[in-house]
Amino acid sequence: MTAITAPATPLVPARRLGVGAGLRHTLTLAWRSLVQIKHNPMELLDLSIQPVMFVLLFTYVFGTAIAGSSGEYLTFMLPGIMVQNALFATMTTGFGLNNDLTKGVFDRLRALPIARWAPLAGRILADTVKQAWSIALLLGVGMILGFRVGNGVLGVLAAFALLLAFTLAASWISVLVGVLVSEPEKVQIFGFMVIFPLTFTSNIFVPTDRMPGWLQNWVEVNPVTIVADALRGLLVSGPVAGPTLQTLLWGAGIAVIFAPLSLRALKRRV
Amino acid sequence: MTYAIRAEGLVRRFGATTALAGVDLEVPTGTVFGLLGPNGAGKTTAVRVLATLLAADEGHATVGGFDVRRDAHQVRQLIGLTGQYASVDETLTGTENLLLIGRLLGLGRAEARARAAQLLADFQLTDAAGRPAKTFSGGMRRRLDLAASLVGRPQVLFLDEPTTGLDPRSRNELWDIVRTLVADGVTVLLTTQYLEEADQLAGQIAVVDHGRVIAQGTPEELKAKTGGQVLTVRPVDPADLPTVRAIAGEVAQATPEVAQSTVTVPVNDPGVLPAVVRRLDAAEVPVAELALRGSSLDEVFLSLTGHRAEQDASTDVLEGTPA
Repeated sequence: MTAITAPATPLVPARRLGVGAGLRHTLTLAWRSLVQIKHNPMELLDLSIQPVMFVLLFTYVFGTAIAGSSGEYLTFMLPGIMVQNALFATMTTGFGLNNDLTKGVFDRLRALPIARWAPLAGRILADTVKQAWSIALLLGVGMILGFRVGNGVLGVLAAFALLLAFTLAASWISVLVGVLVSEPEKVQIFGFMVIFPLTFTSNIFVPTDRMPGWLQNWVEVNPVTIVADALRGLLVSGPVAGPTLQTLLWGAGIAVIFAPLSLRALKRRV
Repeated sequence: MTYAIRAEGLVRRFGATTALAGVDLEVPTGTVFGLLGPNGAGKTTAVRVLATLLAADEGHATVGGFDVRRDAHQVRQLIGLTGQYASVDETLTGTENLLLIGRLLGLGRAEARARAAQLLADFQLTDAAGRPAKTFSGGMRRRLDLAASLVGRPQVLFLDEPTTGLDPRSRNELWDIVRTLVADGVTVLLTTQYLEEADQLAGQIAVVDHGRVIAQGTPEELKAKTGGQVLTVRPVDPADLPTVRAIAGEVAQATPEVAQSTVTVPVNDPGVLPAVVRRLDAAEVPVAELALRGSSLDEVFLSLTGHRAEQDASTDVLEGTPA
């Protein structure tokens, strides 16, 4: 153990960090979140098997009853299930963040001379990569089962970009929950309690006009309905401009409210 | 003398509780400084303030000459931090954890890899390097924690209760590592509730209780402070404890402590020993152990704070403490 520490750090430490260094820290921390998957294959199952199972179950169990045939139902439901899955996946961010906070990893990172925003940014970047994987997987499985895109590659890319942008905004809610709750499992409970009813009371599984009248009013304003409509427009057919614009507005609204709340809560907690 | 750490009048409140109630510290460069105190004394809060993790409400502090608030970024380039709250990522392997930190500190890929391999070898973790940290034993885990805080070759190292919960062997291994670091010129601020640990490692000790430094000095100075010696009596039959306690208290003119079927009482007059023996004999109390010894830091702590350090700490550590 001759030179564990010597030679010491430069005598004059740098005064500040450049943005480039911050981006490098973000990439390194994103790498860290993605390497975790290698050691925790359960997470990969969460990201892969669960969405695929949902598609299969809904298509073949409910398809004929709701839409007359499983093929038609798949076309109707796949864009919606992509939204639902993406919202569930945003909980990963809060779960991981809470884990870092409770286990002390966050403090270890904060004691390092790295950009203050890098730990959060790195996590969100990694979770966006996971989102992209889930979305692509759902689309791929859907196409194998017979889902046909109506607007070509551009439509697919636009749907991808829109959904990623929306989940990026929605993940601020997850960040807030992750900062506020005392243990990671509570983030999952929150996700279950809020996202399940929120996504089922939209038009992603059942057309609005098949629901009771009082529920229809809610379903029509539910942002999940709006995002699902936008994806249907981009991936299959139907109006695009209106729902897309509304989706972006919802995303912006969520981010404007929850990003400052989350950052303030985080500052208070650490 | 240059000071690696200086703190003046640190105050930190959490709601209604005052964790730090005006702490002053001066740690000379290249020394080990021990912050000794029970759970909740404010040790961890002090370290968090000095390590730039927490802002003090009042007072100020410098590390390596840099203000922990204003020049936090510079301070972070000088320090390493190991504690229960500054931990490695359990899901990553030993190597990955050290790589992560090396890369964050700006080392190149090859450099970070070499540094990780060297630290893992130094801390006898090479065999476990490829396993997730959550599979590590307590001692291995602490060594990895310590290795992680050394990746950046810190000048000042904060060790917050580095051996809490470790078995004696792992504890000794960790102590050896700390001694090696100090030989390399690193300044160490160590917090501990183990009196023996402070005694073994630290050149200077500050005893902290309720957010205040209530005594400071070398271990010897602190032990001298209580002045006297300690009488311990262990009756063969624990049923005799109340009798022994009464006799010891009466003869020594002090309030005895009873723990582990043993009565201990501070004494100033060596003449109490024969007096106690006579009284025990008269009361026909068979005694398994009877000793008069110089006071340990534990008694120092007791006399300073009016209460013992953490029970598990004192029982753990007092075993084998030279009397």
